[in-house]
Amino acid sequence: MKEIPVTPELAKEFGLSNEEFDRVRAIMGREPNFTELGIFSVMWSEHCSYKSSRVHLKKFPVKGPRVLQGPGENAGVVDIGDGLAVSFKIESHNHPSFIEPYHGAATGVGGIARDVFTMGARPIASLNSLRFGSPKHPRTRYLVAGCVEGMADYGNCIGVPSLGGEVYFDESYDGNILVNAFIVGLLKTEDIRRGFASGIGNPIIYVGSKTGCDGIHGATMASGEFDEKSEENRPTVQAGDPFIEKLLLEACLELMKSDAIVGIQDMGAAGLTCSSFEMASRAGTGFLMDLDNVPQREEGMTPYELMLSESQERMLLVVKKGRESEVLDLFKKWNLDASVIGEVTGDGIARVRWKGEVVAEIPVAPITDQAPVYDRPIARPESQDALQREVDPASIPAPADLAKTWTRLMSCPEMADKKWIFRQFDHMIRTNTLVSPGSDAGVIRIKGTRKGIALSADCNSRYCLLDPYIGGMIAICESSRNIACSGAEPIGMTNCLNFGNPEKPEIMWQLGCAIEGMAKACETFDIPVVSGNVSLYNETRGKGINPTPTVAIVGLLEDASKRLVQWFDSPGDAILLAGPDRLEARLGGSLYLKEVHGKTAGMPPVPDLSHEKALQRFLRAAAKDSLLSSAHDLAEGGFACALAECCVTRPDGPIGAAVSNPFPGDIRPDFAMFAESQGVVILSCRPDRKEALKSAASKFGIKITDLGFVGGERIDIKGVASVSASDLCNDWKEGFAKSLGLEG
Amino acid sequence: MKTAILTFPGSTCDHDASFALKDVMGLDAEFVWHNQSSLEGFDAVVIFGGASYGDYLRPGAIAKLSPVMAAVRRFADGGGPVIGVCNGFQILLESGVLPGAMIVNESLRFVCEDASVKVEADRTPFTRVIAPGKVLRIPVAHRQGNYFADPATLAALEERRQVVFRYCDAKGNVTAASNPNGSVGNIAGICNEAGNVLGMMPHPERRVERELGGTDGKLLFDSMIVWLKEKGK
Repeated sequence: MKEIPVTPELAKEFGLSNEEFDRVRAIMGREPNFTELGIFSVMWSEHCSYKSSRVHLKKFPVKGPRVLQGPGENAGVVDIGDGLAVSFKIESHNHPSFIEPYHGAATGVGGIARDVFTMGARPIASLNSLRFGSPKHPRTRYLVAGCVEGMADYGNCIGVPSLGGEVYFDESYDGNILVNAFIVGLLKTEDIRRGFASGIGNPIIYVGSKTGCDGIHGATMASGEFDEKSEENRPTVQAGDPFIEKLLLEACLELMKSDAIVGIQDMGAAGLTCSSFEMASRAGTGFLMDLDNVPQREEGMTPYELMLSESQERMLLVVKKGRESEVLDLFKKWNLDASVIGEVTGDGIARVRWKGEVVAEIPVAPITDQAPVYDRPIARPESQDALQREVDPASIPAPADLAKTWTRLMSCPEMADKKWIFRQFDHMIRTNTLVSPGSDAGVIRIKGTRKGIALSADCNSRYCLLDPYIGGMIAICESSRNIACSGAEPIGMTNCLNFGNPEKPEIMWQLGCAIEGMAKACETFDIPVVSGNVSLYNETRGKGINPTPTVAIVGLLEDASKRLVQWFDSPGDAILLAGPDRLEARLGGSLYLKEVHGKTAGMPPVPDLSHEKALQRFLRAAAKDSLLSSAHDLAEGGFACALAECCVTRPDGPIGAAVSNPFPGDIRPDFAMFAESQGVVILSCRPDRKEALKSAASKFGIKITDLGFVGGERIDIKGVASVSASDLCNDWKEGFAKSLGLEG
Repeated sequence: MKTAILTFPGSTCDHDASFALKDVMGLDAEFVWHNQSSLEGFDAVVIFGGASYGDYLRPGAIAKLSPVMAAVRRFADGGGPVIGVCNGFQILLESGVLPGAMIVNESLRFVCEDASVKVEADRTPFTRVIAPGKVLRIPVAHRQGNYFADPATLAALEERRQVVFRYCDAKGNVTAASNPNGSVGNIAGICNEAGNVLGMMPHPERRVERELGGTDGKLLFDSMIVWLKEKGK
């Protein structure tokens, strides 16, 4: 093989700056060769090294009495009692999904599933958080259909139910969609596995799909901006095979029942390189690897290609010496390729051999310990003041027909029924699903116990654009409130921080503020951050996306039979509003302002964290005492849309409601209906439980207002607006497919 | 009374079946790996869903070649009760144990939702205690559940009362709107001529507990138990 000369220019092409390239040379004590340069470039890519976000991520609270594994492993692990734990993580697959939606999104699911079963957990549920461009953008429909089908096919094939998630549309994602996939798995606390390459002389085993030339430099692609030529990157997107993943899942879980495994890690971004270096680095060891023993899909692959390939469905194992044949036999049973490709060494050096020659020789510790970390410059955008300026109500024409505007908001793609999406996902497999997609949180039971797990993914990126600190805080408030609205207690959080180019001080300001807001809320609510992922460079032609720190929170129900749903149950039930002493609603960043008046401006509602904490505690207490029939929080679309959701999302068919207007009479009716609030929940209960509910609320300092009753044909906010429940339900059901031009 | 739960590479509903049969129904059941060539000692065989062999070529097209399928054929020929659900139905069709074929859903998309089916025949071991005409609410979850057979085969199926379930509305009316996948004649499940082998797309194992939305699916396993007891098993 003719060696390609390594120059600073080539390093730059690989995404390494001049300073980073100098650092490589200092670590090596010589010029790196082509393969070595490739290894450094992926290890130090933004995607793998978190070099721009690391200093800010330290602000997250990561400890808690339930935390068994915090950030830094393949996925976090949280104790749920009875000797059981859940492992979970959310991860982005944004860039590949934009280039090739079906396979990009599918392999996102595959990657996160491997992260979870690597920890020794069987995946039990998934969520997805999706952001697309304007429904009117010509590419949006194709991207929606492709991403949904890709994620659904993959999850269905490996048998993991989808419990829901979120979908938003905004022009800022026209050239850069977001596909964030979350999976939670269940394990016994004593069965946690970790990615350690320990024990000198222990064999390193490769298992799973053969290595091909796909996805080479995917991690680097995910660490750069998009331009006109991004379509040409299609070959860097991996194609997934969920069947192999399913075999890998079953085989690994079967193997984990024995004590043969020392360490295990999936080959995700930067493939063989990242998995081997990370495992050795955690254990403080080195390794010797023979690339000739790597199962290969095509002939003539170079060491560079073998080390950087991101072929899917592959795992790297370190097993106890002498147990090789037992391990290889097990994988044979599952018809999987498995091969001993090296061994753990004690000198801290990674040596990669190919055709008898050492083709790369890199000290392990420095490549991780001395990886660049940047405290990048931060600057509040000059445009931020103008963006936050309060919208003059006089400039907002009052709608002539409020009922029509109500219907319009309920049928816009952000609010409309997402059944078009979630009926493509098997949400019942594993026979644990207690609350299917469509409520504030999805709920599954844990067989063999009385427990349940509630899951919610949230982020309002309009709020984050207007004020990333408040927006970040609200993401946590909303997600944990959704968990509380199902009766559960948040036990851990994972996040996917989707932002633009970190080399721009304005983007770093957004990132820094959002993390601070999230961290503050997590501390207040005692929710530890146990895993996550950062996706930067979400820009196309210099234009960044709305800052989108997607949050997924896992909640625990000690008694799953006490779970709550968001929809009204029976005619005659009382409807109440739980909130702060003074009810406030803001136009800033509201869906109403955006959808009806075409503006994203003003200040979002400001959460009161101590009220929020008390509210969520009250909700859990009321659920535990079986005082409630339903609970649903105010969010996008304000009071009127939250009320309408209580009526139309009911699986047994829509039901009416007659309520009074909770806002003072001098507030403009359209603002009372559609301006947005934090820390407010619509409750319903049997009339005979109303007094008990009120006295419970007063214990937590929560104000309860009587609003009215469930029942009738119409959803009626007295003196303000009224719609037919069944008509609104039909429009809500048809809205999604209609506005995207998809077939129903 | 012992039930075999077949497991192929790519099976995903085998654990759900085991939970339904063992934990909920209290039956004796065991997983049988696809490379086994005998079903000796079993009184019933269940083949549940998933994507055996990744649905490569066609769902069920590769699974039919597994050694265990030859044993299933012998078991069925001997009159033993066999139920194939979802991918299990597809495997039975590909194996030729049941007539007809599956094509991709009319919508071209995967569909997971509750469906209503009308019971048309109580002659199978799995509908033994269900009155014909009864409407069951059982979910479907598949991409290729669009049942197809040529007119002659269909006529024969109808004449020999081999159509066991048809998609219908909540009141039992067999309508186009209640057909989730475009199946010819709204067919959701059929049996072989002898009646001992049933294939169906809806998932009865997902409706055996009130907690998960109902117990209509349990009726099929209740039937199987009654039928086996009648045979002295």
